[in-house]
Amino acid sequence: MILDAKIPQGPLAEKWSKHKFNLKLVNPANKRKYNVIVVGTGLAGASAAASLAELGYNVTAFCFQDSPRRAHSIAAQGGINAAKNYRNDGDSVYRLFYDTIKGGDYRAREGNVYRLAEVSVNIIDQCVAQGVPFAREYGGLLDNRSFGGAQVSRTFYARGQTGQQLLLGAYSALNRQIHEGKVKMYTRTEMLDVVVVDGQAKGIVTRNLKTGEIETHAGHAVLLCTGGYSNVFYLSTNAAGSNVTAAWRAHKRGALFANPCYTQIHPTCIPVTGTHQSKLTLMSESLRNDGRVWAPKTVEVAQRLRKGEIRIEDVKEEDRDYFLERKYPSFGNLVPRDVASRNAKEMVDDGRGVGGSGIAVFLDFRDAIERLGEDAVKAKYGNLFDMYYQITDENPYKQPMRIYPAVHYTMGGLWVDYNLSTNVPGLYALGEANFSDHGANRLGASALMQGLADGYFVIPYTLGDYLATIGPKPVDTTHPAFAQTKKEVEAHVARLLALKGNKTTTEYHRELGHIMWEYCGMARTEEGLKKARVLIQELKDDFWKNAIVVGKNEEINNALERAGRVADFIELGALMVEDALHRRESCGGHFRLESQTEEGEALRHDDEYAYVAAWEFKGENQPEELHKEELVFENVKLTQRSYK
Amino acid sequence: MSNANGTMNLTLKVWRQPNAQTAGKFETYKAENISPDMSFLEMLDVVNESIIHTKQDPIHFDHDCREGICGMCSLYINGRPHGPKRAITTCQLHMRSFTDGETITIEPWRAKAFPVIKDLAVDRSAFDRIQQAGGYISVNTGGVPDANEIPIPKVIADEAFNSATCIQCGACVAACKNASAMLFTSAKITQLALLPQGQPERYRRVQSMVAQMDAEGFGSCTNTGACEAECPKEITLTNIAHMNFDFFSAKLFREEEVHAENHGG
Repeated sequence: MILDAKIPQGPLAEKWSKHKFNLKLVNPANKRKYNVIVVGTGLAGASAAASLAELGYNVTAFCFQDSPRRAHSIAAQGGINAAKNYRNDGDSVYRLFYDTIKGGDYRAREGNVYRLAEVSVNIIDQCVAQGVPFAREYGGLLDNRSFGGAQVSRTFYARGQTGQQLLLGAYSALNRQIHEGKVKMYTRTEMLDVVVVDGQAKGIVTRNLKTGEIETHAGHAVLLCTGGYSNVFYLSTNAAGSNVTAAWRAHKRGALFANPCYTQIHPTCIPVTGTHQSKLTLMSESLRNDGRVWAPKTVEVAQRLRKGEIRIEDVKEEDRDYFLERKYPSFGNLVPRDVASRNAKEMVDDGRGVGGSGIAVFLDFRDAIERLGEDAVKAKYGNLFDMYYQITDENPYKQPMRIYPAVHYTMGGLWVDYNLSTNVPGLYALGEANFSDHGANRLGASALMQGLADGYFVIPYTLGDYLATIGPKPVDTTHPAFAQTKKEVEAHVARLLALKGNKTTTEYHRELGHIMWEYCGMARTEEGLKKARVLIQELKDDFWKNAIVVGKNEEINNALERAGRVADFIELGALMVEDALHRRESCGGHFRLESQTEEGEALRHDDEYAYVAAWEFKGENQPEELHKEELVFENVKLTQRSYK
Repeated sequence: MSNANGTMNLTLKVWRQPNAQTAGKFETYKAENISPDMSFLEMLDVVNESIIHTKQDPIHFDHDCREGICGMCSLYINGRPHGPKRAITTCQLHMRSFTDGETITIEPWRAKAFPVIKDLAVDRSAFDRIQQAGGYISVNTGGVPDANEIPIPKVIADEAFNSATCIQCGACVAACKNASAMLFTSAKITQLALLPQGQPERYRRVQSMVAQMDAEGFGSCTNTGACEAECPKEITLTNIAHMNFDFFSAKLFREEEVHAENHGG
């Protein structure tokens, strides 16, 4: 299989404009003859569904939550990047492009990333026009803050809930189209398969989560906007319901899965407290603007702190190691996420961790409060401080926060070309569900940017080209492929319901999470990954023998929903391990202990691994086949990332 | 507060109801060895895991983000939406807010417009329909002015933001003796009415959203303020005043304008 990314020829800055001109158009009167299926209603899904409906297409949208406004984009806190250069601090489309390519450790496509930077400015305009209440200055214009991996302030924000405000903007646009009758919205409905007719995606199979009814839906194209797969680690900052099922079932129908091992571990999360924990809570990276990260300089001081023999305020200045500032003087606490996370892990591995468990470092606002006053700090981070207090019962105005990295985002996802099309014609992937723009590491405030770029400004153009090509011939669910796929879904559900063992699917999920975190987490080795490969296979075999799934299909059945998702996570976990195993280099979030510089930084091997690893499903229990898309760099020079 | 082992043993009285058509009743469960650091939903997870081990039907409740922003979790705990603490959702409630040996009563939101789906989960789609009736600014993607061409005084932007923080959870309705949705509806109306972008449709919006709210079967507001007290995002009653003002303005002084908008396009 030859992977054609369909990157337009020509200079970087002209690629997207030229491409838009070359794309075929669907004439206005014909648009209403097309049906487009959109799965997921987060930033990518809601913006795509609304924008396509505004153009005149008929859209059918699906979400598993009870309202489209609850998709997990809602939980993003810090902000959204855009190359507006409102601060006059040297920002530009090219700089955002450059920072993003570099931040991704040179494992993303130049063409995609440049386009992302280019449309970033339109996103802010669009959101403001919708009434999104971004933070403003006294002059009435928009405020910005800085984020990791950049030396300019280009992040727009809405207190600590930028995700909610942007999603409510997209949700309002979606609501307008639902009201107009251009979008038919299915809530509490989960996609369980893609229907492929003669090699093209023509519909999906869903399960109504209230009644259990399994239904088929036809469309001229299917857009998967179903988010990432961080919950493969069981504990992550994702919502409890976030899952990989839609993307995974698409993968099993032929869509390639790219770079599955690229996962992001976010440095500023609240540490784990016990085995009961169901999720981890992230606190915005923006905290690193004013908070200083430190650990005790010696193991001895750390031990005394952990035992409660000394108080934090008793640790003298010279006994505190502000390790990010020390090691990276120019970026300091604002190094990219992968770098910050790895350094925290090093401190803990070194025995210098803090808190009862010793698995945490400090994020300290003492100096910021002294410098700016408590009120100013409260105005900037009040809701995050409240959240921390709520969860830990510790007051961050009085004592430093304890933080530790947690899985937060997955850069990998379904392989798509420049048009956001998977290798299955008619099947598209947008937002976190695709792999395309962040390389091996995503910079802060870039996920919201990408989700909305894909939905508002890319797919409305690229989808038209495909639809014009296939023509407006009506589609329906009469083709035998629909009945056949539905039958297979029903058989899968029946197989899950037949599991009457003695271990809950949550227990399997937790075990999978342990394996992934231990061997495919912040640091990976050949030996560990090989061990994980065996452990996951054992877990999978055991799951299909000893899991317990209660209840029946024809009702609300959380246990059944969870079982399906966990089964898919187990299979995905196995693929992530294979991907991590084959990539014998370190890059971004993928850190192989065997491949590091003398200073302990990620060491890439560009001559061997400057490619996208796209995996093809070859059948149950068969090894997947690796396809490589070489990454071509014509504009940036590949260098060892340095944030010193 | 925990016992000498640092854990808690609790009795739960939980509303169980298979669906809207079947009568529900309270069932009693034991929650044992509960850590005070657990969230309320994690405590329910633990109980559910033990229910599944006995091959029984676990307690159904809505939840998703578990960090207080998606608005999916609900639960009426000991007679209060989202439990005893102010300004948080159920998923942010921790067991340290309860006492070892305590009996906790857990019910769904109760309102005519929120029919029970199963156990503790209710159908809040009426909220979506209110938003669909007009909770938006009618702009298409693209072709909008530069973001900084619309200056907005910081105080106005901040006030609009306060209204925009609503997470659509329905605690306001659950708290209200009339099951009124006026706090919810007014939050969106106020957010958009405060902003310059929201002006062109301001009076049309308030009328259509209020009409939809009434059509859904929510009760009227009698100014008791329970909604404000229980709102996890501390949305204020001022929003209702704002909505009423705009609603009467539309009815009394702008009928023609609204009429022309509705019919003339």
